[in-house]
Amino acid sequence: MADKPKKSLLLDVKDLRIEGYSDEKWVEIVHGISLSLNRGEVLGLIGESGAGKSTIGLAAMGYARDGCRISGGSIEFDGMELTTSSEMEMRVLRGSRIAYVAQSAAASFNPAHTLIEQHVEAPLHYRMRKRTEAQEDAMELYHRLRLPNPQEIGFRYPHQVSGGQLQRAMTAMAMACRPDLIIFDEPTTALDVTTQIEVLAAIRDIVDQFDTAAIYITHDLAVVAQMADKIKVLLKGDEVEESSTEEMLDNPKEDYTRSLWAVRSFKRTQKSRPGGDAVPVVSVQDIDASYGTAKVLEDVSFDIHAGMTVAVVGESGSGKSTTARCITGLLAPTKGKVLFNGEELPTSYRDRTKDQLRQAQMIYQMADTALNPKVKIHEIIGRPAKFYGGLSGAALKARVDELLDLIELEPSQYYNRYPPELSGGQKQRIGIARALAANPSFIICDEVTSALDQLVAEGILKLLDKLQREFDLAYMFITHDLATVRAIADEVVVMRRGKVIEQGSKVEMFKPPHHPYTDLLLSSVPEMDPNWLTTVLEERGVDNIGDAAKV
Amino acid sequence: MGDVATIILKRLGLGLVTLLVISVLIFSAVELLPGDVAEAVLGQGATAENVAAMREKLGLDQPAPVRYFSWLSGAVTGDFGVSLTSDERVTDKIGPRLLNTLFLASYAAVIAVPLAIVLGVMVALLRNTLFDRVVNVLTLTSISSPEFFLGYILILYLAVKAPLFPAIASLSHGMSLPEVLHRTFLPALTMVLVVTAHMMRMTRAAIINLLASPYIEMARLKGAPAWKVIVRHALPNAWAPIINVVALNLAYLITGVVLVEVVFVYPGIGQLLVDAVSKRDFPVVQAVCLIFAATFILLNLAADIGAILTNPRLRHPK
Repeated sequence: MADKPKKSLLLDVKDLRIEGYSDEKWVEIVHGISLSLNRGEVLGLIGESGAGKSTIGLAAMGYARDGCRISGGSIEFDGMELTTSSEMEMRVLRGSRIAYVAQSAAASFNPAHTLIEQHVEAPLHYRMRKRTEAQEDAMELYHRLRLPNPQEIGFRYPHQVSGGQLQRAMTAMAMACRPDLIIFDEPTTALDVTTQIEVLAAIRDIVDQFDTAAIYITHDLAVVAQMADKIKVLLKGDEVEESSTEEMLDNPKEDYTRSLWAVRSFKRTQKSRPGGDAVPVVSVQDIDASYGTAKVLEDVSFDIHAGMTVAVVGESGSGKSTTARCITGLLAPTKGKVLFNGEELPTSYRDRTKDQLRQAQMIYQMADTALNPKVKIHEIIGRPAKFYGGLSGAALKARVDELLDLIELEPSQYYNRYPPELSGGQKQRIGIARALAANPSFIICDEVTSALDQLVAEGILKLLDKLQREFDLAYMFITHDLATVRAIADEVVVMRRGKVIEQGSKVEMFKPPHHPYTDLLLSSVPEMDPNWLTTVLEERGVDNIGDAAKV
Repeated sequence: MGDVATIILKRLGLGLVTLLVISVLIFSAVELLPGDVAEAVLGQGATAENVAAMREKLGLDQPAPVRYFSWLSGAVTGDFGVSLTSDERVTDKIGPRLLNTLFLASYAAVIAVPLAIVLGVMVALLRNTLFDRVVNVLTLTSISSPEFFLGYILILYLAVKAPLFPAIASLSHGMSLPEVLHRTFLPALTMVLVVTAHMMRMTRAAIINLLASPYIEMARLKGAPAWKVIVRHALPNAWAPIINVVALNLAYLITGVVLVEVVFVYPGIGQLLVDAVSKRDFPVVQAVCLIFAATFILLNLAADIGAILTNPRLRHPK
């Protein structure tokens, strides 16, 4: 990829400044970014949320979201200056010469129309093809992107197609008018690793085949390393550095870039089970469960010992969260039982004693939705302390202060604030404090870091680790991110389609030989090696890629 | 489609149950009214024997549940009994009036519904412009004025000052359709003015509500012009709330327009109901109330079915 011949300049952005409207004034959010892109070249834009990646990507199409405006600099696309062009002139570029692939294909396809209807919209609108030609071309693109049943899949509605397939259909749609430039805005972030790898391969193939230039936006370095010829690192609307992909991986110049690399290196020593006949804190035994008539769990068993972290991994729909619902009593299993310190728990939370409820707490993926935005922090944390511990008055305030100290937020600053005033990482810390307030011995962490940036996620993992050591907590850590598993797990349970495929200590699990599915999961995690994707695809043989997608 | 059929059948069943409950309520409400039907019909000079004979003739000596079930079984077969004031069959009395009301309601609906939706789409497209504000102020003014007032204003300007339409919408046999349409234009227009604002504002709100969706941004980034974004990408997903408001307004056109009928002396069912109440003609009151209830239930059912049919998730299950 690196030794493509130099080609003509396609996009030249100079000193781009973008403002966003907040608190009734315009605030600059992108501070003078310059970038240039030749035909057929792929630029990776990487950074945490708030870095301005998507805003810059959209600006390359001359588009600013509501509440944003391009306030300075120039954007020259193939000789045309976009900042001085009329809305009409720019609109003609969109979809025809510059296309966009959004983060969540499920939300970005219109639920009211079939895939192919949306695919042919731009070619018909620009009168580039007749309807039948455009449809045939769509099927050809579906075929090239290795979608199953390319002749037929386009006539389905978005809700009838899986997430990975939708993302590929969206890439096909972006290709409909054979644009010169495609903006990929985190196209695989919402996907499972096993699906992500197919979408990555499909995107890379099609960009190569049509020699399309692309801006690839992501927060995942390992992903961008597979896709981009050169990488630009952004931080809060400023450029940190830019260089070719190899250069960036081998020899990052700035501390911030190195810190992004370092995130994945957080690891703690693995603990082993207490010897003798120690009773596990939680023991799940042969659980079956179903939603209505659909069976979702089958013979799920595993143990979690005090002070240990058991990571439950698997794709979406594998039954991870359902298992958690069975343990907490939100869903009564149809068979099997849950033991807590050797004592059987009633299947429904309604029949459990206050003490049994207190012992098991949960932390959720989306701290945004898990915290009531209209309730003050001290009430959120104080409620479980009051309910389970019977605290009130000064004792309650002391307990809330203590909890805020534990999660490393200054009590005097946060005591009276509301959740929307906090950052994502701080909200997740409040979620942790709320779980701790009950004084539990067991906490279920349901994808607690997957909505967070890597640096912030690392902070949360370190905090959880510290708390575990301090209070001898047992964690059930639900995740689909194997990097997180590597960092914090003692034991790993691999689930697929409601069954436990394999379980054991972390060291064992990351060492071959694996169960074939574990192997598929492990080998699908992108690595910081630009040739990783090529190598994996060769090892698997291209034909096998599609198989993993059949959901 | 099997799923959709099941859902529709379930709703239909629920609608029937609701109607049954309402029939009990109507019957009990009439029972609770003070005084006796027989006394009311015969007037103050009636002797005790006359009243007793009248009671027996009307079946009022039977216990209430018995009378309810005989009324209900009659109603199910379309027999609502005999009017107390004119000895006509209730169905004969209501029939032509109901047809008149349905005619006027359809006349107004055929104008108001497309007008409201087209205006709604236009103000959504031109949101926060002068056009948006003017249309909003005008429709809000018309919805905020009582309908009899609107009616008189229209009569003043379109019948008296500029005699384009008749002020009285009385009908007679043998009128041709254009003649009828001309005659009933003013009451229809009054009703259009009353219901348009509600439907238009809901169309606008439902569309604008969707404009922040990722798929709307996607449509814009595919180069779709603004009108196409609204009509092709937002409107198909906004039908459910719009249909519901349309159904409520259609129900209003049938059941809520007694004032308009009075102003324009239009022989509709609303006037009949008011007359029947004042004359204590209970079989007519009961029948009209039941028809109104059935109208609400049927239109809401139609709205539910419409909302289901515009939802691709239900139309095309996985």
